[in-house]
Amino acid sequence: VTTTIATPEVKKQAVSDRSSAENSLGRKLVAPAVIVMLIVTAWPMLRALYLSLFRYRLTTPDDREFAGLGNYLTILSDSLFWKDTLNTVVIMVVTVGVELVIGFGFAMVMHRIIFARGVMRTSILIPYGIITVVSAFAWQFTFSINNGWVNGWFDWLPGISDGLPVGGEAATNWFGGHWTAMFAIMVSEIWKTTPFMSLLLLAGLSQVSDDMIEAAQVDGATWWQRLWKVIIPNMRAAIMVAVLFRALDAFRIFDNIFVMTKGAQNTESSSFLTYRQVIEQFQLGMGSALSVLLFLTVLLLAFGIVKIFGVDLAQARGES
Amino acid sequence: MTYSLNNRSGRRRGRTRIASLAALTLASGLLAACSGSGSGKTELVWYINPDAGGQDAVAKNCSTDQYDVVTQVLPQDAGQQRIQLARRLAAHDSGIDLMSLDPPYTAEFANAGFLAKIPDEAQDALTQQSFKGAIDAATWDGEVVAFPFWSNTQVLWYRKSFVEKAGIDMSQPVTWDQIIDSASENGGQIGVQANKYEGYVVWVNALISGAGGSIVEDAEKGVDATISIDSDAGEAAAHVIEKLAHSSAAPDDLSIAQEGQAGTTFGSAAGSFLVNWTYIFHNYDEGQPEVAADIGYTMYPETVAGQPARPPYGGIGIGVSKYSDHVDQALEAAACVVSPDNQGVNAELTGNMPASPGGYEYPALQKIYPADLLKLFQDSVDAAAPRSVTPYWSDISSSIQSTWHPAASVTDGTPGESASFIEDVLQQRRIL
Repeated sequence: VTTTIATPEVKKQAVSDRSSAENSLGRKLVAPAVIVMLIVTAWPMLRALYLSLFRYRLTTPDDREFAGLGNYLTILSDSLFWKDTLNTVVIMVVTVGVELVIGFGFAMVMHRIIFARGVMRTSILIPYGIITVVSAFAWQFTFSINNGWVNGWFDWLPGISDGLPVGGEAATNWFGGHWTAMFAIMVSEIWKTTPFMSLLLLAGLSQVSDDMIEAAQVDGATWWQRLWKVIIPNMRAAIMVAVLFRALDAFRIFDNIFVMTKGAQNTESSSFLTYRQVIEQFQLGMGSALSVLLFLTVLLLAFGIVKIFGVDLAQARGES
Repeated sequence: MTYSLNNRSGRRRGRTRIASLAALTLASGLLAACSGSGSGKTELVWYINPDAGGQDAVAKNCSTDQYDVVTQVLPQDAGQQRIQLARRLAAHDSGIDLMSLDPPYTAEFANAGFLAKIPDEAQDALTQQSFKGAIDAATWDGEVVAFPFWSNTQVLWYRKSFVEKAGIDMSQPVTWDQIIDSASENGGQIGVQANKYEGYVVWVNALISGAGGSIVEDAEKGVDATISIDSDAGEAAAHVIEKLAHSSAAPDDLSIAQEGQAGTTFGSAAGSFLVNWTYIFHNYDEGQPEVAADIGYTMYPETVAGQPARPPYGGIGIGVSKYSDHVDQALEAAACVVSPDNQGVNAELTGNMPASPGGYEYPALQKIYPADLLKLFQDSVDAAAPRSVTPYWSDISSSIQSTWHPAASVTDGTPGESASFIEDVLQQRRIL
């Protein structure tokens, strides 16, 4: 008994020696990249943190004065900030929710399909290869009151009209109202990023072992039960990664809004507000405070999602 | 073995060839970039707002044996022009020598120290040469900081046929009340600029000034300036906007109408009155000659009956960058650009009227525009009320846009609301 216990201990020791040597080599190899990352990422972040404590405008540099947490107080007590945050949350929840469902469907199709597999997978992924700004312009034309096809094709739906014949019901001005404009923005966002979601989910699907599914089938589980009791629980890590990535992305939405409404009709997001402060109004202090808040929110979101799904990221990578 | 060696050297040869090709391409690119200075001649870069070629022609006129003036085009939108220039100047970019500046941002740039000082004698010459409104708009802290190049103003355009039908006497000054009533009673629509953009503030400012008020006083105090929009004049302006927005004279696209949309309304069957810049006179020549023949013009409408109107002022001044490597030559070139003759050349090509009485003497202008219209333009520029000259204009303008847009939401309370909002924004108690 003693020998059988001792042997694995010795082996384990050997493995950790080797792995510590590997780790040390790894650290050395990664060091240059870490240094570059610190220069290009950590430095601007610290600088933004520093600037956020000042009243500082690019065009009146002499009036720069220390404001402490004044900028943060102004922002947190301003209704515009909360309105924009609410918009951002609505966009994030709706788009990620819809993308998860559609993306899962696409992932199933890509996983199960037998014929024309390459063509099918490629065509599902095409929207993801299109630049967001291009996608935004395409959908802006689509919903345009002058030459978009949505009004013409969906004329039969109540509330949508192409304005013909002239003098009858006015044509639907999608970018003229808050919710219709938000709808158009979200459609573009969903169209563009669902393939990314389905790609991540496909990776998760292929990790679910066929043996388990077969075992469930033998035990008489229906297709629905197999999906909910076997497939989805076993790809929880993949779902979490997909939701995490997309939620963080969606929370930082900018391009679609910039192209489609420029923030009009109260469709501004947190990123857009930050952009306006820094780029349009040259308010380096206020803008930096906003970006720090945005960063903290994203961190909080990431933390929240990891907690909700209760998945260890290391486990998702298959390390433990 | 031999084969593989050959193959490798072949590959190497291929690689060398690619490398030398790349080097050649790079070198030729560099050569092309240097060709301007290669001849020993300085290149002065003038950043211009997009136009119909007037500034290009002037740049050619102002190139000398010592330097060439070349143009680079800025974005269409004045706000984007400001952003691009300011960000580059804040980084001390020496690639900008001259720039076309919109009046509302001139003070901001001057206050930030982006503009080279114009020598005193040149300032005197500019003051002598230009309209008073143009000099006022180009003055910050007691100094003329930009060379007034062209001056724009709005007049009241009307359709002669409509006015005849409605029976109004246009030989006398008219008020906003009169034209709104006349248009709504006769099935006409009035073209104004009321989208959420600078042009809407131009309208608001003209209405308030026309009632003897102003948006800001003591603008030189920067963020501590007195916000004077909450006044009888502000209320009179709100009344006009409210009345038009709720009348049948309001076009359907009022809330998104800029100069172009307003021009389209004017050219349509419902076209009656239009307030717009000088270029409108030749706007319909090709597309709708029947409208072009029907255009009449008179002084901007009065906000309050009996009190002379204060029409909007617009235009472009030429700024010289303090960070230019050739400030002296750039100042010389700017003086050439704004010479009355070159103002005339620009006006002939673009319809953007000169900033000086001398520019109006340019012979070609007399041929293109009727004499009474040229006189109206000059009277209008003289009477014009420039937007307040303050480095914080863009904050004030955006605050007004936030509180006064859409036009249909304007009430008696709007001026008061916007006054406290502007103060909060300037004191950084609210974000925009």
